[in-house]
Amino acid sequence: MTETLPPWHEIVLNVFKANEVKLITYVPDNVLKPLIQALHADPYFTCFATAREEEAVGILSGAWMAGLRGILLMQTSGFATLPNVLASLPCAFQIPVMMMISERGTLGEFNVGQAAVCRTMRPILDSLAMEHHTVSRLDECEMIVDRTLRQAIMTQAPAALILSPLLTGGKVVAR
Amino acid sequence: MSGTTHNLKRMYRFDLTTRLVAKLKQEEAVIGGIGHSNFDLWAAGHRPQNFYMLGSMGLAIPIAMGVALAQPARKTFALEGDGSLLMELGCLTTVAAQAPKNLIIILFDNGIYQITGGQPTPGLHADYVAIARACGLTTAAWAADEVEFERMLDNALATDGPHFIGCKLDSQGPKAQTERDPAQIRDRFMRGMGTKKNRTLG
Repeated sequence: MTETLPPWHEIVLNVFKANEVKLITYVPDNVLKPLIQALHADPYFTCFATAREEEAVGILSGAWMAGLRGILLMQTSGFATLPNVLASLPCAFQIPVMMMISERGTLGEFNVGQAAVCRTMRPILDSLAMEHHTVSRLDECEMIVDRTLRQAIMTQAPAALILSPLLTGGKVVAR
Repeated sequence: MSGTTHNLKRMYRFDLTTRLVAKLKQEEAVIGGIGHSNFDLWAAGHRPQNFYMLGSMGLAIPIAMGVALAQPARKTFALEGDGSLLMELGCLTTVAAQAPKNLIIILFDNGIYQITGGQPTPGLHADYVAIARACGLTTAAWAADEVEFERMLDNALATDGPHFIGCKLDSQGPKAQTERDPAQIRDRFMRGMGTKKNRTLG
């Protein structure tokens, strides 16, 4: 018996709603495209691109303190631009900045730059003592995303969700 | 209001900050950028609606924009230095694109990294008001002197923004130093924003 689950981006969008995560800031990524499209199309969300990921960390921090929950969508290389602002804003001030990272640089990456920067992601998250989980299976997607967001909110701590190519299919290059 | 930097008076940051705070009657939010921008905000007299940064250089405008989006009825100020703005110039395009009506950006431009010893910034030939205008903040302007600064503040408080007010600063240092306790700064600010309501003990 196999239960038919909706695609990952539909699950994620519904979990955002269930947790009242309304403000979506992003620096785009190909893998995130269907999610970003669906978020733009849904009037529940305020959804826009920022020029840089750091900026979005600032916007989400201000919004959360003033009563509006949000999340930052980006790819691996974008996350690598963030350690200074994560350490000195959400970590220092105990603000639950939530992040969703589409994982590039592994499982068939064609760009050596992405492969190199990918190796820095989890060590950075670990050294900042930030909660992070990797979503690799569709049947685990709802629980991991939902529980991670809930814990971030309840403990006032930033958190990161990494979307593995095992879940999303990743970005592949033609043979 | 001036569109060029010719003949702009170099003003004293603490004096400008004091003039700003004196005009805040509606629990307006104020985000003080790192270093001397927030030191003088602290020195001008703590308010629960003040947020003082302790790092994340360049994020005063984005933080203020987040507050402005969350509470559209509350006027929200960002006090940012020129060196900090240079770190995150792209945020002006995001502000222009989203155009939060209640956001007011005040740029304190002394041309130097004062807190690290007064080294000149690479923005020696940059006109930040011109940059803001080119990013789409079409009403951005320099304040020629203190009287005009106050007039521009009155206008920003009375009309829809986003507003951008540029101020050239003299070389005087800050009046005091902000107490560095980030969890407390955040908690007080959230109470000032009305997002935390229970009474504190003791």
